[in-house]
Amino acid sequence: MRNTRIDNQPTHVYEGYRLRIGQPLPFGTTVTPHGVNFSIFSRFAKACTLVLYYKNEKSPFVEIPFPQEFQIGHVFTMVVFDLDYERIEYGFRMDGINAPHMGHRFHIENVLSDPYAKSIGGRDRWGEVTNPEFDYQHRAQIVPEDYDWGDDRPPHIPMEDLVIYEMHVRGFTKHPSSNTKHGGTYTAIREKIPYFKELGINCIELLPIFEFDELEYVRRNPITKERLVNYWGYSTIGFFAPKAGYAATGIFGMHCDEFKTLVRELHRNGIEVILDVVYNHTAEGNEKGPVVSFRGIDNKTYYMLDPDGRYLNFSGTGNTMNCNNPVVRNMVVDSLRYWAAEYHIDGFRFDLASILGRDQLGRPLANPPLLEMLAYDPILANCKLIAEAWDAGGMYQVGSFPAYGRWAEWNGKYRDNVRQFLKGDKGLAWDISERMQGSPDLYSGRGASASVNFITAHDGFTLYDLYAYNDKHNEENGEENRDGANDNYSWNCGIEGETDDEAVNELRRRLVKNAIATLMMSRGVPMLLMGDEMGRTQRGNNNTYCHDNELNWLDWSLLKKNEDIFTFCKYCIQFRHQHPVLRSANHFTHHDVVGSGYPDISFHGTRAWQPDWAEYVLTLAFMLDGAHATVNGHPPDDTIYMAFNMHWESHIFQLPQLPANKNWHVFINTSPGAQNIIHPPGLELPITPQEQIWVGERSIVVLVGK
Amino acid sequence: MIDMMSFIRTVALLNNMDINIEKNGNVTIIELNGDLNANATAKIQDQVLSATPPNSKVLLDMTNVKYMSSAGLRFLLLLSRQLGGQVGNIVLMGLREEVADVMSITGFLDFFVTAETRTEALKTLT
Repeated sequence: MRNTRIDNQPTHVYEGYRLRIGQPLPFGTTVTPHGVNFSIFSRFAKACTLVLYYKNEKSPFVEIPFPQEFQIGHVFTMVVFDLDYERIEYGFRMDGINAPHMGHRFHIENVLSDPYAKSIGGRDRWGEVTNPEFDYQHRAQIVPEDYDWGDDRPPHIPMEDLVIYEMHVRGFTKHPSSNTKHGGTYTAIREKIPYFKELGINCIELLPIFEFDELEYVRRNPITKERLVNYWGYSTIGFFAPKAGYAATGIFGMHCDEFKTLVRELHRNGIEVILDVVYNHTAEGNEKGPVVSFRGIDNKTYYMLDPDGRYLNFSGTGNTMNCNNPVVRNMVVDSLRYWAAEYHIDGFRFDLASILGRDQLGRPLANPPLLEMLAYDPILANCKLIAEAWDAGGMYQVGSFPAYGRWAEWNGKYRDNVRQFLKGDKGLAWDISERMQGSPDLYSGRGASASVNFITAHDGFTLYDLYAYNDKHNEENGEENRDGANDNYSWNCGIEGETDDEAVNELRRRLVKNAIATLMMSRGVPMLLMGDEMGRTQRGNNNTYCHDNELNWLDWSLLKKNEDIFTFCKYCIQFRHQHPVLRSANHFTHHDVVGSGYPDISFHGTRAWQPDWAEYVLTLAFMLDGAHATVNGHPPDDTIYMAFNMHWESHIFQLPQLPANKNWHVFINTSPGAQNIIHPPGLELPITPQEQIWVGERSIVVLVGK
Repeated sequence: MIDMMSFIRTVALLNNMDINIEKNGNVTIIELNGDLNANATAKIQDQVLSATPPNSKVLLDMTNVKYMSSAGLRFLLLLSRQLGGQVGNIVLMGLREEVADVMSITGFLDFFVTAETRTEALKTLT
């Protein structure tokens, strides 16, 4: 039948280019056997012109107006025959009115990038403008979507079994000490897969990898005079295009293949990939920002505007995507589906996700259709969905984000409570008991795996800095230290910043280890920040969004310098993987449901079975009954006991009695003077006496009953 | 498969790719000279594909290929698939380090056997 089809013939010719009406869906470009199908939506544009360039040429080789008969509804669609799609770039001119008070900002002289562009040229190598003389900078490109995935299957690791590693593509390997062939790229991450396996993490969460313009700032570091860049990349230019400058092959236009190969290799090694995605705003900023795409294509559809056409700003960056406009909502869904289907991505963490729950005027919705659509989407069915459950407009939904049985959250309360408790703030024993249990107070009915537990993330102090600085030191950001969070719940252990004082340094190491152990012993999903496993510092800067230098590049020589921290972290992760009693999608019942004689979880104080919730108390212990691992289909596990002594004096903890055939063995003891701070999991040593244990000041102990 | 190849058909441009095809027993030796970009691929694809029927053995001498574009990589994979898709029906010989590097980074190298010299390549193929 194929030979009798007539759609392989053009119906129109324009300046020698053969054309016919295209398919309106999918939006963007589709390579067909005879040419390229272009399709773009604009509700308010009167006319649209396709502008075609050869790569590296300033001027277009042709501009083809969409004939009126190629417009279906609000969609302009056309097939251009015989295009060599590898060599071309494209954009659109939109004709319409320029009336900002009405929400319209059409300018026929602008060439605009495609909101559905699957690759965007112009920043092919990190930190460089590929063609500075071009007026149209971020040029849409067409990519072959024919990657050979072989037998790749996403690992489908249950949420509760994940150990997430939050990282920046460039920062992970850009430092010369990384010893990778193409430092700072996707492919260099691939070289470090053995490192992930040694550390034991099974999921990486990448800071934004959608195309952005790292050169969007003109400010300089007031101290070093170095140019500041948008290093983190929370400033999307295209929701379908991977950042070319993160690829060693970006200059050859093969970044899509490179990123897919990274995902494939991670999957082969049992490691999932979560993307940090930014749908709440774009790189176009406010009225004064650049015109890249959305603003010129259909400003009123893509952005939240006030009745006078001004940009509403719930993101803190100048504009807000109009995510609950049905067209924009579909674009978000299309984008996520594309990453799941075309790139085999395993999950998404949504930056300022609460914005996705606001209506077109910015009002919070009771039943946000976008969040519901994502929760029920058939293509995203196996993807993890994680919300940063707040926005810059004052919406704070930790514990109350509309979940539809699917959404997990960054648990900001876990971060704050654990930081406070571990530095010795009082009045937190009860809160900590909740945090260690997967925050049933916040996620009742949603289960423990709704809680992504973290103590540090890219946004804030590193774990080492948490115990080396009382205050943020963001002077190098060029905002007179006004930026970044003020409530860090950090403690410098007596001296601000680096010191030779051995006692201070010992204490810092101890507190870092306490934090890592707490994170890995908590029910919920632990997330570790890149480098915390080796004591990375940002020299007290808690908002390093703008630095492309050692402040953000992971210094791999720390592995040697802080080998004790790395080994400690590695063993804690191994221990978590080995003990199913630590991991469950469910919350505890506080009852004995398996007939072991013990409840699944019990709390204790310095006296067994007698937790002390008093305001001044800085000690707490809990015990997980190993027999209860069977509730979740695992074989019986060991019993685990963890004691916190956050007091500045030591305490003796009376231990709960184990069944007759079991003895307490020590896994972790961070007490000053302890012979071994940690033992390899499985090789824990029995303790004497069995009835009690001395826990040094600001220390934790983890015991295994086996 | 031939239909798919027409994707890559291109506006004609001058380019410097030429090829040399010879037989050595049951092995077809194809020497590529020049950059394997979209234009070059379009120029040589019919000639190469017709010289390499399914299940034949092919030695691709890449010594003089300094650059391969995305279309070039895809052309090699297509050729491999036409030959039966099994690793071993085609040997890439004399890959330059830059070319091998790009192939490795983009995942294409996984589908090919490589060899340093013709002797080594022929040994692999026979």
